[in-house]
Amino acid sequence: MRRDGRLLRMVVLAAVVIGVIAPVMLGLWETARVAFGILPAIGADTISLAPWTMLAALPGLETSLRLTLVTGFGATLLSLLVAAGASAALYSRPRLVGRILTPFLAAPHAAIAIGLAFVIAPSGWIARLLSPWATGWDTPPGIATVHDPFGLALILGLMIKEVPFLLLVLLAALNQLPVNAHLAAGRSLGYGRGLVWIKVILPQIYPLIRLPVFAVLAFSLSVVDMAVILGPSNPPTLAVGITRWAFAPDTQMLLPAAAAALLLGGIAGAGIAGWIAAERFVAVAGRWWLRRGGRGVSAEPGLSTATTLLSALLALGAASLLALALWSVAWRWSFPMVLPESWSGATWNRHGAQAAETALTTLGIAVVATLAALVLAVAWLEGEDRARRGRARWAEVLIYIPLLVPQVAFLYGLNVAFLRAGISGSHLAVVWVHTLFVFPYVMIALSDPWRRLDRRYPATAAALGSGPTRRLFLVKLPILLQPLLIAAAIGFAVSVAQYLPTLFIGAGRVATLTTEAVALSSGADRRIAGLYGLLQALLPWLVFALALLIPLWAWRHRRGLLARSAS
Amino acid sequence: MRPILAALIPALLAAPASADWEALLDAARGQTVYWNAWGGDPRTNAFIEWASKRTEELHGVAIEHVKLSDTGEAVARVVAEKGAGRDEGGSIDLIWINGPNFLSMKEQGLLHGPFVADLPNARYLDLTPGSAATTDFTVPTDGLESPWRLARFVFAYDTARVDNPPATTAGFVDWAAANPGRMTHPIPANFMGATFLKQALIELTPDTSVLQEPATDATFDDVTAPLWAWYDALRPNLWQEGRTFPENESLQQQMLNDGAVDFAVYFDPAAPAAAIAQGLLPETVRVLVPEAGSIGNISFVAIPFNAANKEGAQVVANFLLEPSTQARMQDIEVLGSFSVLDPAKLSAEEAALFDALPASPALPRLEDLGPTLVEPHPTWMTRIVEEWANRYTE
Repeated sequence: MRRDGRLLRMVVLAAVVIGVIAPVMLGLWETARVAFGILPAIGADTISLAPWTMLAALPGLETSLRLTLVTGFGATLLSLLVAAGASAALYSRPRLVGRILTPFLAAPHAAIAIGLAFVIAPSGWIARLLSPWATGWDTPPGIATVHDPFGLALILGLMIKEVPFLLLVLLAALNQLPVNAHLAAGRSLGYGRGLVWIKVILPQIYPLIRLPVFAVLAFSLSVVDMAVILGPSNPPTLAVGITRWAFAPDTQMLLPAAAAALLLGGIAGAGIAGWIAAERFVAVAGRWWLRRGGRGVSAEPGLSTATTLLSALLALGAASLLALALWSVAWRWSFPMVLPESWSGATWNRHGAQAAETALTTLGIAVVATLAALVLAVAWLEGEDRARRGRARWAEVLIYIPLLVPQVAFLYGLNVAFLRAGISGSHLAVVWVHTLFVFPYVMIALSDPWRRLDRRYPATAAALGSGPTRRLFLVKLPILLQPLLIAAAIGFAVSVAQYLPTLFIGAGRVATLTTEAVALSSGADRRIAGLYGLLQALLPWLVFALALLIPLWAWRHRRGLLARSAS
Repeated sequence: MRPILAALIPALLAAPASADWEALLDAARGQTVYWNAWGGDPRTNAFIEWASKRTEELHGVAIEHVKLSDTGEAVARVVAEKGAGRDEGGSIDLIWINGPNFLSMKEQGLLHGPFVADLPNARYLDLTPGSAATTDFTVPTDGLESPWRLARFVFAYDTARVDNPPATTAGFVDWAAANPGRMTHPIPANFMGATFLKQALIELTPDTSVLQEPATDATFDDVTAPLWAWYDALRPNLWQEGRTFPENESLQQQMLNDGAVDFAVYFDPAAPAAAIAQGLLPETVRVLVPEAGSIGNISFVAIPFNAANKEGAQVVANFLLEPSTQARMQDIEVLGSFSVLDPAKLSAEEAALFDALPASPALPRLEDLGPTLVEPHPTWMTRIVEEWANRYTE
């Protein structure tokens, strides 16, 4: 039995290394080659620093770098603060919070961004609600609320997506802590709820959410779709700049693009290292602060502010998604009308069929990528069970690698490698690249419920003579049906949201709702963009609804299983 | 019924095609042509869908529209394929292309051809050297790209808000000073933003013959000095004081629709009328052409050297030159882009297809458009875009 476990573990590890890690490393390597002057296609075949000097000479590079740092760190830090603060108010109602946050977790970044761009624009919904009666504006004011030069709109958009994610991760981690006992002990010593939260609870759960925080940081530093829709354009963030240079008519621009991509990878690495250094500092300073023993309710306003901010972010997110739906059935909707002047089914009539076809492609890619990731994740976790021990720490970090390396840093190079292999532009290649990002999220979602499974069930089955395979398929997987389906739904949503991987590896031939929605977001017709954005959000919602309903139906005669897996 | 019949007439009346062309048609049957074309205009997208149906019916050639947000994406892809040693079976069969993208591919030997003269419908084109159909931004096409649509630079404005639009592009300085924050242009990194600057450059340059030659270090600074002086005067009164710009002309149209600015720019005189019909602009919007005329060019389709379906791509290029196809494109309800064919080479029946097209109040007549100004050499555009970025990126 031990040997069986070892074999499974080796096979899964090999599959993860070859299927998930190798493409990232290969892509980075190819990007680095171009960054140091090796791209024979445009006649560059000697190692040189020319790409770097070209990069340094590009106008606005300094501003781009600053924007990337401000938006990346700003969004991550603010999201973490809001999520940590709000978790204090919401920890006791994880199911309710989960239900409220899931639609935001599932809605792709691009859909939120397209909606948000309309909600906060000078000509947008908020301005319309207040005009002209309160503001006196008959035409939209000349202020930049979207594409603003500081990247505030981008930070806001990122927060609408990242706060729900971090909050759910936090609540899952809190599950493992005797929170009420800590609170009671703290309060009996004279500490307010807020101070107990900051001094006792957060230091204990932070290590559990560290990798997700790093993933959020790497993502925020390198996001392209949201930055195109909400971020400044002259100059844009570094990630958008890289995408622009990679597609410039002057093919020599590929060289600085690769250098910048590598630089962005370095920034993410340094950013994570810097974050870790800051953690150390906070730990030391925090200890000193803890020992001073300040009591009272001084932290309470901070917590309520965080909860208010959370509500505001969710309200903006909900308004964004509602705006998409309204635009898709509007005909004329001009400033300062709060609602469309005329309604029409024309957008759905004219573009519905095409959109449905695109939705089908999106669905197909997401289903295959999710299944692949799910099989890999189950095999990984089952391998742990059979060996009767957890994975080494380094193996856990391995899973996260695709989330910690900025996408743009390795996708360009990976595409070069895929081209050589002759699979670029195929659905297979796109599914593969999606799996790189789906697998980590499926693992995050599935690990805890899997490890929390009551060992007495498989033990009983073993005592009754079931082998490991029987135990897996007849005992563990059925009990874990709901977490499996939730993990699948999360993976599905991650796949649907992928923009850059689809764009680069799909060779433009693989159009998904996301690539179409982003392309349409820079068009003149908010109605079509609304239609695609709405569909993009509806697809994951549908899958989440199924993930919640299927266990209800399947276990309608076994309510005990429902109660267990829903906890 | 009429369009189908109209499409059949040239097919029936055409002189028996050469044996070469017949062989090419046989080879093309069953191919799917991956046409990489800018996807930002729903009407163009719908037209390409229609073209796919027609070529499928007529020749068994399907078109798959790969929607680009920038033509540079396709160029970069061919470069990447060449770099990976993929010299055949490439992923792109046809590109909607012109200007610097064409020059870049031509110079790097990334194009298949020459093929234009072998297309049966080339007989409708004026192919004398130096003609508009053989010149792309002053660069000879050498038969490496086939014309498909005509573009003219125009402004659009809302007559409900603006009653004294400037007569020239240069005149926007005074207009914007009187109406600060109400004018903008697409960012020059975008083709339309660059065209706005080129339009101003042509108007501000006393002797435009220098623009037909490649820009050099010696000529560039002197020639463009008036342009930058003009722009320095204009910029502070642009929307957002000229620090932020719409990414492309579509977003600027949306701003005109919202009332955020009072002007939009187009490379298609029929686009505003079309946008009104789709509910995307108020009905009071009209076209404005600068007094001295405006930049016009033909855009083309080209075939990459490694295209997997070269035969199919040529069938599509030929289909786009059918008089019935061009007449459909000129129909305001379809695309409204003027024909690239030489009217003198059309038969009476073919010319009648064009005369029968419908009109619209926001659609200018051909004679309202004034003279066509020729595109400067592509090096001017490249340098102006670079210089603009150097000067105005903060």
